[in-house]
Amino acid sequence: MGVENVEREHIISMRVENRSGVLARVAGLFSGRGYNIESLTVAPTLDATLSVMTIVTKGDERIIEQILKQLNKLIEAIEVVDLTESAFIERDIAIVKVQTTLETRAEVLRIAEIFRARVIDSTNTMYTLEVTGTGGKIEAMIFQLHTLGILELVRAGRIAVAREPYEKKTAE
Amino acid sequence: MKLNGSQIFIECLKREGVDVIFGLPGGVVLKIFDELHQQSDIELVLTRHEQGAGHMAEGYAKATGRPGVALVTSGPGMTNIVTPLADAYMDSVPIVVFTGQVPTQMIGNDAFQEADNLGISRPCTKHNFLVRDVKDLARTIREAFHVATTGRPGPVLVDIPKDVSINTTEFVYPDTISLRGYHPEHGNDTTQITRAAEAICQAQRPIIYVGGGAVFSDAADEVTALAELTRIPVDMTLMGLGVFPGTHPLSLGMLGMHGSYVANMAIHNADLVIAIGSRFDDRVTGKTSEFCPRAKIIHIDIDPTSIRKVRDIEVHIPILGDVKEVLTELIQALKVGINGNTNDLREPWWTQLREWMDTHPLTYSQSDDEAIKPQYVIDRLYQLTTDSDPIVSTDVGQHQMWSAQYFKLNHPRRWLTSGGLGTMGFGFPAAMGAQRAFPDRLVLCVTGDGSFQMNLQELATAVLYKLSVKIVIINNGYHGMVRQWQDLFYDGRYASSELSTLPDYVKLAEAYSAVGLRASSPQDVDAVIQEALSTDGPVLIDVQVSRSENCYPMIPAGGANHEMLLEDPPHLTQASKSPVRTSDDSDSVLIA
Ligand SMILES: Cc1cc2nc3c(=O)[nH]c(=O)nc-3n(C[C@H](O)[C@H](O)[C@H](O)COP(=O)(O)OP(=O)(O)OC[C@H]3O[C@@H](n4cnc5c(N)ncnc54)[C@H](O)[C@@H]3O)c2cc1C
Ligand SMILES: Cc1ncc(C[n+]2csc(CCOP(=O)(O)OP(=O)(O)O)c2C)c(N)n1
Repeated sequence: MGVENVEREHIISMRVENRSGVLARVAGLFSGRGYNIESLTVAPTLDATLSVMTIVTKGDERIIEQILKQLNKLIEAIEVVDLTESAFIERDIAIVKVQTTLETRAEVLRIAEIFRARVIDSTNTMYTLEVTGTGGKIEAMIFQLHTLGILELVRAGRIAVAREPYEKKTAE
Repeated sequence: MKLNGSQIFIECLKREGVDVIFGLPGGVVLKIFDELHQQSDIELVLTRHEQGAGHMAEGYAKATGRPGVALVTSGPGMTNIVTPLADAYMDSVPIVVFTGQVPTQMIGNDAFQEADNLGISRPCTKHNFLVRDVKDLARTIREAFHVATTGRPGPVLVDIPKDVSINTTEFVYPDTISLRGYHPEHGNDTTQITRAAEAICQAQRPIIYVGGGAVFSDAADEVTALAELTRIPVDMTLMGLGVFPGTHPLSLGMLGMHGSYVANMAIHNADLVIAIGSRFDDRVTGKTSEFCPRAKIIHIDIDPTSIRKVRDIEVHIPILGDVKEVLTELIQALKVGINGNTNDLREPWWTQLREWMDTHPLTYSQSDDEAIKPQYVIDRLYQLTTDSDPIVSTDVGQHQMWSAQYFKLNHPRRWLTSGGLGTMGFGFPAAMGAQRAFPDRLVLCVTGDGSFQMNLQELATAVLYKLSVKIVIINNGYHGMVRQWQDLFYDGRYASSELSTLPDYVKLAEAYSAVGLRASSPQDVDAVIQEALSTDGPVLIDVQVSRSENCYPMIPAGGANHEMLLEDPPHLTQASKSPVRTSDDSDSVLIA
């Protein structure tokens, strides 16, 4: 029982038909069956007939197994991969507006430097930072900036790829 | 050849072997109806409500194994058929529903009778399509039938905007289908099948738990062969009834909430459960943490999401595949591997099973001077019709459960019932759909006074198209199943379960030019059934039964399978039932 019931974060990457309505099917599946979505991104691929969706979700083994099976069952899903099962690389982008005073401006820049964030806009009372990295890195930076006063935060949502080169699975 | 969209629609359906469409017209589908009107290969059965059309398509599909087809208009036509879609989705019924849609350039503008047909039906269809261009119509229809009927069957909706039904294009029916994301077939997993065969050979207390999947797979012969080869007893789900002969000595009947004592005791005490096209529904498992606590489970299912779906229920040998194919291979493996002493191995199990059968068989009592017992009606109906191998349709409630218990079916596709969604109003139109498919067969509809009122308008359709369904209303003046729960769990407070105003069903039948008959005492029962059987056309029998009868065995929701109530608990003895109840012997109170 033990291991099975532990909730873990999973990153699912799926190739779907690039058609209207597919996103609604995926989103409806998650809401209808009570699965949670932490983040979801969709974008076109080199092959114009396909899109890639990256879904970050959380659940124990049983739930993740059902999510993967249910996604696979969608007729417009071509391939579903749980990236968390093997080595993968993930990135998120955040844009953070941080409030600044004369005393804190240097501190904000110092934190930005630590996380290799870029200043993309600046006024007398605020810096706008752009940071790229794993979800964990972005959260760590947000945590540090928090006490200084975050005015606004926007994240793109996580995208990820397996470290192995992508091979088209032949339909079995 | 250039055809308009409506002609293409007809040509495609002909190629799919469709001979009947159940439907009701409206503005955006007038062109299609107009074209249908001008040909005679496909009959359009005009229903009185779109829900009726949907359930008729389901009844047709369940009885024949071929897809049922319905055609309705946009907006309210579509929303009226949502219940049959949801019903077919839950029970894996292959139907293709065509809905009209406002013209493509008006979609999204709240046009007259516009509804988001795709959005509304998405969660209750296996798949749905909107056809935006007449050039895509033939291919889409081909795909729709393919998806509905392959793998785990299910409902598919095709939304056709008005302009698509009018525009013309070159008609080509595609030979092949390319849905690159849809792979319904699975090769058999020989390793797992071998493991299953080994487990079966070693089991001392095995049980087969067979469901609807075996019906869809046309695997009745294989199920029987497996049971007979191994002498393993068979429990059937509500959806599996008939896939193994109900009168077979190895049959323990239905299991689950209202299953037989022996069926439930057997699965609870088994050391090996062979689940065949059944999906561990909560009406079957009861409390999942105590479901067959000592058993290894083999699960054969074509849908990966069905396997290991229920938390707490471990599946030891999952076999992904079609029942018929898997069983054929399994039987082969067993024939090679079976050692002569398996029968001896299981003798104590059979001794135990026989004891359970004998201690608590399904029973009821009926004497001449009391009100008609509902079980008696079903039992008599069964005895008097079984030789004609009838198709039996039911609605939802107590009468459904009594039918499942007392009407023994020996063949698959004879049993039409709404299991997953439990849709009151399903029974009568479903029976009509089956009757349309088999005009010469006897089709019975056992319904309740509550359920029948949900689609009684279809009496007009039955009369018009000479669909000679024999309807038996088990009339207890209540939403009986609801009243039973109130008796057992709500201190007998009958909140909104009494149907205090009921129509005179005999007059109602006559108002539609059908025949109405009534039975009000046990002596009448055989006579009215006989009379109905010898009457042409649809017949409605109003059987006025005991108002207080409850359906047992019953596993209270959340109980384990061995925790069955076998009769009314003491606080429900006749005298103490709620005073709202009128006298059992009174039949006059039933007629408003
Ligand atoms: C008032 C009421 C009371 C009820 N009480 C009971 C009760 O006491 N007992 C009971 O059993 N039910 C009862 N039900 C019905 C219950 O709700 C479920 O509908 C039923 O138990 C499900 O039956 P099933 O497991 O056979 O699955 P189905 O719904 O028939 O599903 C079929 C399964 O087979 C699979 N399958 C489909 N095609 C194939 C194929 N070709 N090969 C392999 N697998 C395939 C599917 O993927 C699915 O998992 C009741 C319903 C109502 C309304
Ligand atoms: C459409 C719909 N509404 C409500 C219910 C809830 N429900 C289940 S059984 C039942 C009563 C059925 O009464 P009746 O048809 O008279 O059958 P009986 O139980 O008396 O045999 C009700 C209301 C349902 N299953 N379907």
